[in-house]
Amino acid sequence: MSETRPPQSTVLEVNDLNTIFRTRDGEVHAVNHVDFSLATGELLGVVGESGSGKSVTMMSLLKLLPSPPAEIVSGEILFEGRDVLKMSDDELRALRGGDIGFIFQDPMTSLNPVFTVGYQLTEALREHLDINKKEARKRAASLLAKVGIAQPEQRLKDFPHQFSGGMRQRVMIAMALACEPKVLIADEPTTALDVTIQAQILELVRDLRRDQGMGIIWITHDLGVVAGIADRVIVMYGGQIVEHATVEALFKDPRHPYTRALLAAMPSVDAERTEKLHSIAGQPPSLNKRPASCSFAPRCEHAFGRCTEENPPLIETSGGHQVACWLEHPQYMEPPSEMHLRESF
Amino acid sequence: MGAEAILRVDGLSMYFPVYRGVLRKKVGEIKAVDEVSFDIAKGETLGLVGESGCGKSTTGRAILKLYDPTAGRIELQGKDITDLEGDALREIRTDMQMIFQDPQACLNPRMTVGSIIAEPLDEHTRLKKRQKRERVRELLNAVGMNPDFENRYPHEFSGGQRQRIGIARALALEPKFIVCDEPIAALDVSIQAQVVNLLEDLQKEHDLTYLFISHDLSMVRHIADRIAVMYLGRLVELAPRQQLYTMPRHPYTKALLSAVPEPDPAREAVRERIILKGDVPSPANPPSGCNFSTRCPIAEEKCRRETPAWREMDGGRFVACHMVQ
Ligand SMILES: Nc1ncnc2c1ncn2[C@@H]1O[C@H](COP(=O)(O)OP(=O)(O)OP(=O)(O)O)[C@@H](O)[C@H]1O
Ligand SMILES: Nc1ncnc2c1ncn2[C@@H]1O[C@H](COP(=O)(O)OP(=O)(O)O)[C@@H](O)[C@H]1O
Ligand code: SF4
Ligand code: SF4
Ligand SMILES: [Mg+2]
Ligand SMILES: [Mg+2]
Repeated sequence: MSETRPPQSTVLEVNDLNTIFRTRDGEVHAVNHVDFSLATGELLGVVGESGSGKSVTMMSLLKLLPSPPAEIVSGEILFEGRDVLKMSDDELRALRGGDIGFIFQDPMTSLNPVFTVGYQLTEALREHLDINKKEARKRAASLLAKVGIAQPEQRLKDFPHQFSGGMRQRVMIAMALACEPKVLIADEPTTALDVTIQAQILELVRDLRRDQGMGIIWITHDLGVVAGIADRVIVMYGGQIVEHATVEALFKDPRHPYTRALLAAMPSVDAERTEKLHSIAGQPPSLNKRPASCSFAPRCEHAFGRCTEENPPLIETSGGHQVACWLEHPQYMEPPSEMHLRESF
Repeated sequence: MGAEAILRVDGLSMYFPVYRGVLRKKVGEIKAVDEVSFDIAKGETLGLVGESGCGKSTTGRAILKLYDPTAGRIELQGKDITDLEGDALREIRTDMQMIFQDPQACLNPRMTVGSIIAEPLDEHTRLKKRQKRERVRELLNAVGMNPDFENRYPHEFSGGQRQRIGIARALALEPKFIVCDEPIAALDVSIQAQVVNLLEDLQKEHDLTYLFISHDLSMVRHIADRIAVMYLGRLVELAPRQQLYTMPRHPYTKALLSAVPEPDPAREAVRERIILKGDVPSPANPPSGCNFSTRCPIAEEKCRRETPAWREMDGGRFVACHMVQ
């Protein structure tokens, strides 16, 4: 949103990332040809339905996936110009929780139920910063205060289960912010929360961005959340980026048929009811093969011959708007005439 | 809603005892639902909204007599069903059904789709095998699935399809009233619309009445005729759709609606949000006076002392707040 600083230099760059799971039932092509970058002070929203590859993409960035079954088959992940995929284990450990903070989809993967929140926060701080216990404790309390938890010194002594869902999420944000990361990756951080608590957290993030200017990747399946906080948005479908645009462009002029259908399928809390919801027929794709056609083709109202023959690449249309759809491809603006001929014979 | 009400709920309370220690001594109670009253007209959809843990599901279950309510009265089609037991209860069960949030959890993985849908028929009817099979195929067709799927197992289907199976099963006995408990919460946006459209079509065809429980205020605006808002076990406001969304009166309804993110960056940038402080108190230890008084932006001294009464206002609206005139 406009209140935030203008994006500055690129801090993270992802080029042609491909991640596969090799399971007993065959391969799962979870991430295919994913490219994007993140600038300091920028909030990049990542939307897509469940199984579209959002989490796997972000976990790949920090090599957090168990291998096997996961394998990053190709790609380049540059953090401040250094390739994460070529880093040593020590370098990776320093990066995780240091320069790159992570909020996981499942809160219990980052909070250990048997230790107090204070212990976990101070340990994280001491692992990455050269400070003593007392300083770490003080810093932990100020972090809790920063994320809006009252009586922070007191609450450091509590265990995770003594916090409500919303407060636990704040603790997670505090942990992720502990070492003042340059990049924060937040995976569905408010999905499990109620709307009034979500509103509190989103307000907190708006404030933190203003004060701290870190780059944030915010994963969600809620287009409403993205509309309220993102600068740019990536839409994922079937393990690929199908649309990438500024938040204004995405909502004012969605180009990909999937994005359009998704927006049309959502009723609005502020608008008069429509007679019938626009529904998207069919199911999301299974990812058992490398995509050889448009993954959305079986559900797309506009699909034509080419869509089932070739996977559309992500191409730039106008004003930095990128779309992976043959309809947007200059060569295919109108279905080529030979194809018509072929069909009519 | 007067004479045409198919369901009347009057002062319904459901308290769960809290036990502690080795002797399992009762040390208190959770007021999951506290003095809730409303009517639902025949063919109507009443939306029930509120945050997690506020008592929506418990209300639905108590109405279906899956619990024995602590207090209050439930009337279905003019008949008091509050204290029904045994065969009498079994009989009215055919008129009331429930659709659950997690379609996975309520479908036995070892049973075929056909036998899952036929189960209520086995239990409540004396149909012959062939008639049952016909009915199952009819039901699968009604929910937009291929009748030949009857021999498949639940795991072979997607979330949206499993929810259709759950709906087919709920429809088996031709109920008049269905509690839909977060029927789309576990589904992706692209699948939600399919299920909501199906529920609406079935309602028209079979003259069904719904209690539609949800925390998705946008979807409730689409599907419900009237909406009841719940907070910490109590109803705070109930009004027809248009009135509730365009002119909310209760401070909690206002905050709740203002917190729903809109997929429109221009609107999001200028929207006035009411950010509530703090968390919902525990239903085991609700505040004195108004349940919302610990977070209400306009609470006064009286609010902490006196529980606001559930009052009928103009235009079929009900509100429980001292400050609403
Ligand atoms: N069997 C039970 N024993 C004890 N407490 C219960 C029981 N069932 C529900 N409760 C409590 O009653 C309150 C209301 O629960 P209920 O399940 O109705 O909430 P809800 O509004 O449907 O929440 P959600 O949206 O999370 O499903 C909660 O505090 C819950 O913990
Ligand atoms: N450990 C795993 N083993 C096999 N497949 C997996 C594993 N984790 C994720 N996947 C698959 O990868 C795809 C993308 O998953 P994910 O990124 O978690 O989706 P989401 O967008 O919901 O976060 C899905 O098809 C999922 O089933
Ligand atoms: S490439 Fe074809 S099938 Fe895919 S979204 Fe575009 S028009 Fe639809
Ligand atoms: S009664 Fe008082 S505390 Fe309760 S909602 Fe009304 S103003 Fe707020
Ligand atoms: Mg995920
Ligand atoms: Mg519930």
